[in-house]
Amino acid sequence: MDIQQAQPNPPAAASDKRRVRVEKSLQRRHRAERRFRFIGMSAVVFGLGMVALLFISILAKGLPAFWQATVVTEVYFDPEIIRVDPRPVAQPGESPAQLREREMAWQTQVTMVNWNRILEDSLIAHLPEAASARPRVRQLVTSGERFKLRDMVVENPGLIGQRAQLKLLADANVDVWLKGNIDRSLPDAQQQLPPEVRAWADQLYERGVIQMRFSTTLFVNPDSRGSLASAGLAGAFVGSLYMMLIVILLAVPVGVASAVYLEEFAPRNRFTDLIEVNINNLAAVPSIIFGLLGAAVFINWFGMPLSAPIVGGLVLSLMTLPTVIIATRSTLKAIPPSIRQAALGIGASKVQTILHHVLPLALPGILTGAIIGVAQAIGETAPLLLIGMSAFVAAIPGTPFDQSTALPVQIYLWQGNELRNFFEARTSAAIIVLLALMLSLNAFAIWLRKRFEKRW
Amino acid sequence: MENDVMRASLASAEAAQNNHTPELKMSARDVRVFYGESEALHGVDLDIYANEVLAFIGPSGCGKSTFLRCLNRMNDTIDGCRVTGRIELDGEDIYDRRLDVVLLRARVGMVFQKPNPFPKSIYENIAYGPRLHGLAESRAELDEIVQRSLTRAGLWDEVKDRLDQPGTGLSGGQQQRLCIARAIAVSPEVILMDEPCSALDPIATAKVEQLITELSESYTIVIVTHNMQQAARISKRTAFFHLGNLVEVDETTKIFTTPSDSRTEDYITGRFG
Repeated sequence: MDIQQAQPNPPAAASDKRRVRVEKSLQRRHRAERRFRFIGMSAVVFGLGMVALLFISILAKGLPAFWQATVVTEVYFDPEIIRVDPRPVAQPGESPAQLREREMAWQTQVTMVNWNRILEDSLIAHLPEAASARPRVRQLVTSGERFKLRDMVVENPGLIGQRAQLKLLADANVDVWLKGNIDRSLPDAQQQLPPEVRAWADQLYERGVIQMRFSTTLFVNPDSRGSLASAGLAGAFVGSLYMMLIVILLAVPVGVASAVYLEEFAPRNRFTDLIEVNINNLAAVPSIIFGLLGAAVFINWFGMPLSAPIVGGLVLSLMTLPTVIIATRSTLKAIPPSIRQAALGIGASKVQTILHHVLPLALPGILTGAIIGVAQAIGETAPLLLIGMSAFVAAIPGTPFDQSTALPVQIYLWQGNELRNFFEARTSAAIIVLLALMLSLNAFAIWLRKRFEKRW
Repeated sequence: MENDVMRASLASAEAAQNNHTPELKMSARDVRVFYGESEALHGVDLDIYANEVLAFIGPSGCGKSTFLRCLNRMNDTIDGCRVTGRIELDGEDIYDRRLDVVLLRARVGMVFQKPNPFPKSIYENIAYGPRLHGLAESRAELDEIVQRSLTRAGLWDEVKDRLDQPGTGLSGGQQQRLCIARAIAVSPEVILMDEPCSALDPIATAKVEQLITELSESYTIVIVTHNMQQAARISKRTAFFHLGNLVEVDETTKIFTTPSDSRTEDYITGRFG
């Protein structure tokens, strides 16, 4: 019927009828288009909404952890309490080993000083009524701070007999109480702190002795179990940094080289097809399997140390390799053949064509792929659990061979900490740090791409 | 530089005088090309003489570009492509295993269908080839090669003030002339052109055609074209390809007026293609 209407010079009535039909179908098409657009928009809005929710909840929980209850007080290094010999100095005829031995003995003596008493005295100066409850008043300051006093004296014995204005970290429970992270109406039996300590904390906070100060602890200290308030991220951060370095040094060059070989030089046959299929499969292997591989090969077979970033870095490199190879290959594939032909046509060799023309053009894509691979690697937790990186490590690793943990593992460990009221915020703070690291890596990738992008 | 041009034109004038005995530059005997199992070119015999413009015409897929790419072994870069037969350049077999393909491509340059300047400056586009082959010993010499090549390609006056700007910023016609300048910068003996004007407008085409005519004084030029008027305008001889066969090759005037094969006549008169 349509064909009849499409005949030349249709009668006026037929042409009207045809227009009406087209209009009707047009309306239907426009409606379908609007519906499709609406579905797409709602999907985007839903996705963005979820991301926003995630960010809001993490920021709301984590940001307060960057400020920590801190006791700002004057400490008197009382010579009556700090009864130590003067710091040993080199005697004529003494060997360095002997001097070191005497120095160690002196430090042990300094460590044995009743530093708690000095802290208590400093707090009692603000709270005269607490003089009768010394062990309780000590609960206001986190237990690790007595070592801070010791270290100050070891550094400078001249402090003995002096007064100094110090910022001491309040105990984690005090921080929780003051921030309202525990229900104040709970009965005493369910509170972490005795009633009088809670009252003192409130008093000192009101008088400005306890302040919320920016927590540098979080960034400069390693994890801690004895002195929870001074637990920090530094150990995990440095561990992650070492692993990132190993991944960049290993996975990126090896991955780019294999991709260039496979894409540009390798002959197309059964064997290279098999390799290609396997690389793609490797990218889909669950990351925990790589952890097993690391435990079996690197630790059991090669005898590498447990919990060390070197092993973590090797495992993550293996995991990142397929990502880098696939990204690089697809970038190389996208370089227009005309550029290769142009170079070959004036007598460049294959290697010259690749080095002078193809790789410079592929650089932004390769870098982006590499950085995304690295970002994926430093966010990985599962394989690290299997090579012992989920152990509690209370030191900042000096080399990639030292024991260490990693940022995502630290998040996992803090998430499971018994003092939830305190560590919930700490966990979110660690997530913020990890996310910030990832976002800056991604921003770096975008910047690199813009910087090196050339048109052809 | 002037001297070179003069010498070249003198040489070509001599060649014109001795027109009856043209010098053989390249020759192909029973050249067959296979893509995988299928044969795309069924045994081509063809002679190419020095300083002539030889045009390849024929319908799409007839094998003229495939044959052109055999002449500087660009087919080597295509996976699964195999060439048999014998092609000689100045009497040397170019498919001989001892022959360096890099050297061959320096002697037999190529200009492609779509202008493909490097995403680098105009200067770098020209200087890349000479630098690759070590043709210039100093920066001054390299500058001279760049200027001479651009001048011969008729582009110098248009770009002399912006040599440091990207070659990709030029217009299509300028880009194609840049590619021709890039090809002649390494002083090849033969220039292969694969439909060099198919992506250009008529004015740019006219400029490139004029350039080809000028260049034929010092270079041997083989050009593939879809445009029969173009073949008639610029070539001395024309070869007609059809379905992987070289149907006939003769003086251009003869091909367009009194072809000896009926397929040639059908194609030229527009009955197919």
